[in-house]
Amino acid sequence: MEALAKEIGIPEGEYREIVQRLGREPNRVELLLFKVMWSEHCAYKNSRPLLKALPKEGEAVLQGPGENAGVVRVGEGWAVAFKIESHNHPSAVEPFQGAATGVGGILRDIMSMGARPIALLDSLRFGPPEEARSRYLLKGVVSGIAFYGNAIGVPTVGGDLYFHEGYRENPLVNAMCLGLLREEHLKRSRASLGRPIYYAGAKTGRDGIGGAAFASRELKEEKAEDRPAVQVGDPFLGKLLMEATLEAIELDLVEGVQDMGAAGLTSSLSELAHKSGLGVELHLDLVPTREEGMTPEELLLSESQERMVLVPKEGKEKALEEVFGRWGLDCVPVARTIPERVFRVLFRGEVVAEVPTEALAEAPTYVRVGREDPEVRRLRETPIPPLEADPQEVLRRLLASPNLASREAVYERYDHQVGTRTALLPGKGDAAVLWIKGTRLGVAAKVDQNPRYSRLHPRLGAMHALAEACRNVSVVGAKPLAYTDGLNLGSPETPEGYHELAETIAGLKEASEALGVPVVSGNVSLYNESGGKRIPPTAMVGVVGVLEVDKRAEMGFRRPGEVLLLIGEERGELGASEVLYLLTGKEFGHPPRLDLGREKAVQEAIRDLIQRGLTRTAHDVAEGGLLLALAEMTFPYGVGATVEVREEGLEALFGEAPSRVLFTVEKTRLQEATLLLEERGLPYRVLGETGGKSLTVLTPGGVLEWSLEELLSAWKAPLREVLDG
Amino acid sequence: MRWAIVRFPGANCDEDARFALEKAGIRAEFVWHTERDLRGFDGVFLPGGFSYGDYLRAGALAAKSPVMEAVRRFAEEGRYVVGVCNGFQILTEAGLLPGALLANLNLHFTCKEVGVRVERNDLPFTRLYPRGQVLRLPIAHGEGRYYADPETLARLEGEGLVVFRYAPLKDEADYNPNGSLHDIAGIVSEKGNVLGMMPHPERAVDEVLGNTDGLPFFLGLVREVAR
Repeated sequence: MEALAKEIGIPEGEYREIVQRLGREPNRVELLLFKVMWSEHCAYKNSRPLLKALPKEGEAVLQGPGENAGVVRVGEGWAVAFKIESHNHPSAVEPFQGAATGVGGILRDIMSMGARPIALLDSLRFGPPEEARSRYLLKGVVSGIAFYGNAIGVPTVGGDLYFHEGYRENPLVNAMCLGLLREEHLKRSRASLGRPIYYAGAKTGRDGIGGAAFASRELKEEKAEDRPAVQVGDPFLGKLLMEATLEAIELDLVEGVQDMGAAGLTSSLSELAHKSGLGVELHLDLVPTREEGMTPEELLLSESQERMVLVPKEGKEKALEEVFGRWGLDCVPVARTIPERVFRVLFRGEVVAEVPTEALAEAPTYVRVGREDPEVRRLRETPIPPLEADPQEVLRRLLASPNLASREAVYERYDHQVGTRTALLPGKGDAAVLWIKGTRLGVAAKVDQNPRYSRLHPRLGAMHALAEACRNVSVVGAKPLAYTDGLNLGSPETPEGYHELAETIAGLKEASEALGVPVVSGNVSLYNESGGKRIPPTAMVGVVGVLEVDKRAEMGFRRPGEVLLLIGEERGELGASEVLYLLTGKEFGHPPRLDLGREKAVQEAIRDLIQRGLTRTAHDVAEGGLLLALAEMTFPYGVGATVEVREEGLEALFGEAPSRVLFTVEKTRLQEATLLLEERGLPYRVLGETGGKSLTVLTPGGVLEWSLEELLSAWKAPLREVLDG
Repeated sequence: MRWAIVRFPGANCDEDARFALEKAGIRAEFVWHTERDLRGFDGVFLPGGFSYGDYLRAGALAAKSPVMEAVRRFAEEGRYVVGVCNGFQILTEAGLLPGALLANLNLHFTCKEVGVRVERNDLPFTRLYPRGQVLRLPIAHGEGRYYADPETLARLEGEGLVVFRYAPLKDEADYNPNGSLHDIAGIVSEKGNVLGMMPHPERAVDEVLGNTDGLPFFLGLVREVAR
């Protein structure tokens, strides 16, 4: 057995731990159970000790980390379940199915909480778009998301997309989902003693065997051989499963729900039992299969999609079976909870595995010693050289650069309106807004992360990610309630990789405490490296907020003659900026400083301005700086502006800095708005006025002017060419 | 006034259809795809989505489902049937409307707002729009390119059966989002009671959604009965 352990990649120390916990040698099946359950993907071996430090409490929090998704209260008896999850490794090997099943998986997590999925967001990272492989992956991933999300009828309302050399071999595909539920319908992964456990949905096949373990190692050259580890998604079956599951919950037929995701039956049943403080006896012969002669190992580890686990309330077994039968789905008891806290597996009348649930669920954890990569430090400390460039030209080129160009070609592939809740469509605001029908409440959501910042300064980069996602949610008028984090990093087994993991989590902690926004769910994807090259540490932060839906702000100028103001400093920084990369082809320097106290005050101020009806147009100043933000505000409605910038140099025009928001106000109410900002002690400036068909910028160095048409076409073309070409 | 919304497995605009019908004051009820009796309803709505996963061909399997026999009889009796998006595909697959909906010319699922001109307003669906008005309506489909043979097209045009046509919202040249022949976005049967269209009026019925251009479509159905 020890030889087998070595062969399938269980470290010697962990094997000894298994023997000790069992009090004997494991058999082959048991060893495989440990292999998947103790994978980084399922067990968070390296991240768990660090993640403990994150603030998880908050007024609105109904369910924090540890369940299938986090849940926050939004008002009038409504709650929102949400979570982000990665599907990076499958997407690198088979982008279409990898992305599609990533969407399917996160939808089932949300359903498991008793919530109806109402929105999807996707956070994607690829290598440079000039390269054929990046294009192939991007097209495949976008098509896969569209294939699954459009068909199942959950709108894809937002996300973010970056191109960066660091993701050349390891693209990232993270999907976030929001679901809506009545507080009283909140479900958890629980079962009481002696209850039958039902298997519902698709039949089990040999697909995706060992996917969780696959997700926990580095991508090697022989990628084609990994194909069997990639699952295949069926959104039609997913839709039937979703409707049947939600109907069963609505009819109050179930006491516990658990999705069957990574590590299939093994993970879902052993965790359900462990969380309930019980054991479980599983009869593999009862599992519906679609292939002949499946072995116990295959049945236990299959990651066939569109499957759920349900625990009916006593006396509701028949009713549950009827609901699923009506939707044409299998729904059969395959297991039962037992008092002994073991995961016992029977196959053809014999016990093929019996392992304490605690031994499986509580994998050993690792605390390592990290060390900063000296190369990262060198790049960060590289001074910014004097840059000479014609701003007239720079804005056009920035708008057409891969990370700033319009995402319209992507989001047009996604149904972003099905469900008739989308109150702010993609491209219209800094965050998506979903309407809770029957109320005047709205839910805002945005996911953010900047790989340049994180690569050069992992801790600060993570702080920026949370600050920016909260800012975007605030800029549409919503109060941020909580966040979900998708942590994507390289191997924690190198000191440099571990350092980045530890720093990333430390950054989230610091920003979370300062902004008062706790984490409620998340996902960790490590080992995103190949050939010894780690991806930039990538904490994709998804923030959910609540607002009065009628008081929401869009980003586009709508009327001429409004006064345009900037909250925050005019001048940004060039370190790690898009303009620096554009002009030098390199990424270096110190990312922008972040004052979290100021950040919080700016967010509160813009929410207050929107709340009081002083503005309906607001936009944060992010990558590409002030001029890029101004250009973006002209696009939605084709209304221009004339502004004056007092500071000199590229720092003022294109420099980047957090805690900055642009907004417009009617002339008659200007004083009210400025008074509000003064009372809060925030720096602001009146920049100019909306109107016209051009963007005109008076600078100390002269007048810059662009027609909206030329800016718009520069901005829209690049991704169209990639996706439609 | 009571309308049935047929729930095919895989349909996903059924709730949206109910939202829009109820907004117009119409009682809307879901009817399962196995239902064979539609008595008591004033109209039938076939919603968008991916009925039966759109396996084989969009709408092809739904067209053979038990409820469609009832829909056919319902239509023959001259009562109102509306199919939107997948519903339109089902109506052509079932032969209740002529022509077919092929893959968009760009070969991609496309979701955006387009201009849709009202070609005739002597029907309940359009009576509240001025003729020639260009509505702003969302589309969301991968197979919406209307196709019919030249004779059928000539007949549709000759008899004025084209109800909705893609049209520029401002002055854009690429206003036809999918390559539909004659810019056709929606057609009606000769008797004027069976309507199929690709754009989604039910997604444009509330200020919160930023668009109310679809609301008169549903309000028009109500006035029909009051008449």
